[in-house]
Amino acid sequence: MPEFNWPESDRRWRIGKHRTRVDGPDKSCGAAEFTYDVKLFGMLYARMLPCPHARARVISVDTSAAEAMKGVHAVRVIQGPGTEIKWAADDIVAVAAETEEIAGDAVNAIKVDYEVLEHFVFEEHLDKAPEVNPAQEQTTGEPAQAFSDAKAQSEGYYGCGVVSHACHESHGHVAHWTDEEHLTVFSSTQAVTGLVGQFSEALEIPAANVRIICQNMGGGFGSKFSADRWGIECARLARQTKRPVKLMLERGPELQIAGGRPSTFARVKTAVDADGNLTGWDSKSWGTGGPSGTGSPPLPYVFEVPNRKHQHSSVPANIGPSRAWRAPNHPQACFVTMTALEDMAATIEMDPLDFFLKNISLTGVRAESYAEELKLGAQMMGWKRKWKPRGQNGDGPVKRGLGLSLHTWGGRGHQSNCEVLIHPDGSAEARVASQDLGTGTRTVIATVLAETFGLRVRDVTVRIGDSRFPASGASGGSTTVGGVSSSTRRGAINALEILLQKVAPELGVAPEELEAVRGRIRVKASPNRYLTWKQATGQLGVNPISAAGSNPGPGKLIDSGVAGIQMADVSVDIETGITKINKMVAIQDCGLIIDMLTAKSQVYGALTMGISYALCEERIMDPVTGRLLNDDMEFYKLPGIGDIGDLIVHMMTGPGYDERGVIGLGEPPVISPGAAISNAVANAIGVRVPYLPLTPDRVLEALEKGGAA
Amino acid sequence: MPEGKRPEENGSGISRRDFFKTSTAGAVSTALISKQGMAAPGEVTKFGPDPVKIKLIVNGKGRGLKVEPRVTLLDALRNELDVTGPKKVCDRATCGACTVLMDGKPVYACSILAIEAEGKQIVTAEGLGSPDKMHPIQKAFVENDAQQCGFCTPGFVVACQSFLEENPNPSVKDIEEGLGGNLCRCGTYKGIREAVLETAAKGGIDA
Ligand code: FES
Ligand code: FES
Repeated sequence: MPEFNWPESDRRWRIGKHRTRVDGPDKSCGAAEFTYDVKLFGMLYARMLPCPHARARVISVDTSAAEAMKGVHAVRVIQGPGTEIKWAADDIVAVAAETEEIAGDAVNAIKVDYEVLEHFVFEEHLDKAPEVNPAQEQTTGEPAQAFSDAKAQSEGYYGCGVVSHACHESHGHVAHWTDEEHLTVFSSTQAVTGLVGQFSEALEIPAANVRIICQNMGGGFGSKFSADRWGIECARLARQTKRPVKLMLERGPELQIAGGRPSTFARVKTAVDADGNLTGWDSKSWGTGGPSGTGSPPLPYVFEVPNRKHQHSSVPANIGPSRAWRAPNHPQACFVTMTALEDMAATIEMDPLDFFLKNISLTGVRAESYAEELKLGAQMMGWKRKWKPRGQNGDGPVKRGLGLSLHTWGGRGHQSNCEVLIHPDGSAEARVASQDLGTGTRTVIATVLAETFGLRVRDVTVRIGDSRFPASGASGGSTTVGGVSSSTRRGAINALEILLQKVAPELGVAPEELEAVRGRIRVKASPNRYLTWKQATGQLGVNPISAAGSNPGPGKLIDSGVAGIQMADVSVDIETGITKINKMVAIQDCGLIIDMLTAKSQVYGALTMGISYALCEERIMDPVTGRLLNDDMEFYKLPGIGDIGDLIVHMMTGPGYDERGVIGLGEPPVISPGAAISNAVANAIGVRVPYLPLTPDRVLEALEKGGAA
Repeated sequence: MPEGKRPEENGSGISRRDFFKTSTAGAVSTALISKQGMAAPGEVTKFGPDPVKIKLIVNGKGRGLKVEPRVTLLDALRNELDVTGPKKVCDRATCGACTVLMDGKPVYACSILAIEAEGKQIVTAEGLGSPDKMHPIQKAFVENDAQQCGFCTPGFVVACQSFLEENPNPSVKDIEEGLGGNLCRCGTYKGIREAVLETAAKGGIDA
């Protein structure tokens, strides 16, 4: 049996280099086809009628006018009379028509009577919530004792509201029945393999008859694991009309019903001893993620304060149900913890960098990495030179401040299967039913395949995004890169083994004495004895080599658990309340990096998304109607190219990191920005702005309560 | 509810988009536009409410199609002509994913009617270059990884091309101001900034 490992650093020609993404040219030339772009012969366009009320009972639905319309092929009531609707924009009726415009007309012609019911959408005011579900209190050590012995205590209130996933490509599908029993669905999904069962079950056909295709998808961030009710309805409309049907959510519903990150509010107390060691933590948090409330964020985050107490209350609210949002619960927990700790550092007049370093042993197994990263980050930020105590940086109206934060994540590779083919003509191919969310999955698979075969990346072909390929896990929780890189590596090693056995006699050595390097199969001990790759594969006859690789599997190729730190440098205008990012530094480890360019892009992207939830975006609910007030992209704010400042990313590589194997990266860097930026703003203006996003009105309100003059 | 509900532009409480897109009565949505653009008084051509035949010049090729007058240029390109580089994201002139060039100027195709574009030269990302023969800005996008999911990319590429035409030697500040009309959810702005600077440094869009 061959050995399954990654090449040593001096034998990595492709892995770890800055390699441009293999599908980059298609994307930048508009040639990459997304689900939204799919057009099939005879395809109809579907639209849904959203409910205008946050809570209501459907009394009657009159679809007659819609059905009578020319060009309308099917009208399906999704939630009929008697149904209780629990959030605004929930889908009531779906319509399929010849054109998008006609579908829109038909939706507008539908009449629904509702009995409007009481709703609740404003969970920040816990006392007004009709229902609060407190969880069991969790206690470790002797918190009461720690607070009574404390040299200093700090207390604060922190909160971040619900944010939407706001994928650029909205959720949706194109459903196509190739005959009465066989369904092909083009899906904008994070789970090509996983969707098969969801469609087959709902439509009552064998899973073997369902095919899911997703060649490119325009962002998911945790919100696209499900076929969704509208996906099933899309398939039903297609079955009913015997025509392919496309159903993509419109922007308003996309922002309301297709995923959000739960809110978190918390009151926190911390305690330290005379040396500045953290001794006590006490938090009460609450939040909502829709009608079923929300789970508890892991508080305190990363720092295992020896004496701690935490209680979380779940608050049901009439908003679209939450979905996993990049690093579920971590950004909120990180925000609450790192801001509370920074407030403590300010209370005892200590530089937070020193305070974090002093308490770094509380971070557990990754303490050394955190310390190394904090010191490196401090250098890159010029922390010691630039940092000033709160509110003392800047004489004019513009104040400057620094903030930091740290985070963790698992990121172990998911289950994945890969088929690797070596064709007699020398072409090589990997097939995996995975998906590329823009993270670079295709590029990673190509890099691993090319490295293993000693070929150039452009010489290999990667086929993903089709459930007919070997099953692979959903892309969530930073599990994809570990899953597909290791299944591909094992499959490629297995395939190469077969090829080496085939050509060994011709080179007059045992297969173990051969290696695949630089387009050649050569004898390790005398590199001048070789066959070119093509000469070697030419000996295969008519059939290609087909070999499988899986994860988990033999050998150590992956690991789990990362540390990361981030620092922010901001300017805040205390007259306007506007915060500007000057610079952010992110130091991140993720084990062995397969492609440096796309890995760094993940971190730049996460910083940008972090700046977004720290400064710009949030769902603004109208307490009176229970609707989302900013249900379009003009008012659901995302940052633009001028809002990100200077972003510095450093990936930890080399000894201590590479030998751990591959670890996922999508989640970790999006966790810290909110905390780091909030801390920088507090440092700049001398007072904590308790909420994210740090909009100008909130900054001014906090200043009014006391801050930089 | 999700259809345009924000009064804008004409102060009548009916937005331009409502006027065009949400009216169910075709006659109301009839636009009064001459073949060459906005009508001069006295010589008006009335389109609709039924589908009308128009001709669009897309990436150098004349293409005939039949659309209702209320159909946007973006929907006509995507749904009728299979030109899917321009994407629909906000559908409300906010995000720039649908950016195309119309007679050399960047426009949001979601906020222009197809009939308004009749006779005009429309260029999309597909028209700037192809994967085998990329335009310098497309190449720079690839080299600087100025794209992740790639959904905002074709619109951004077109916006960058036109920005560089106006600003052959841009500063970072110019970029921040000039490219503020396009949004990216994946967070590729740093790469885009570098792609634009690199293209300029290497001799610009004609290099
Ligand atoms: S889709 Fe046209 S600007 Fe957003
Ligand atoms: S690359 Fe995904 S939206 Fe820009």
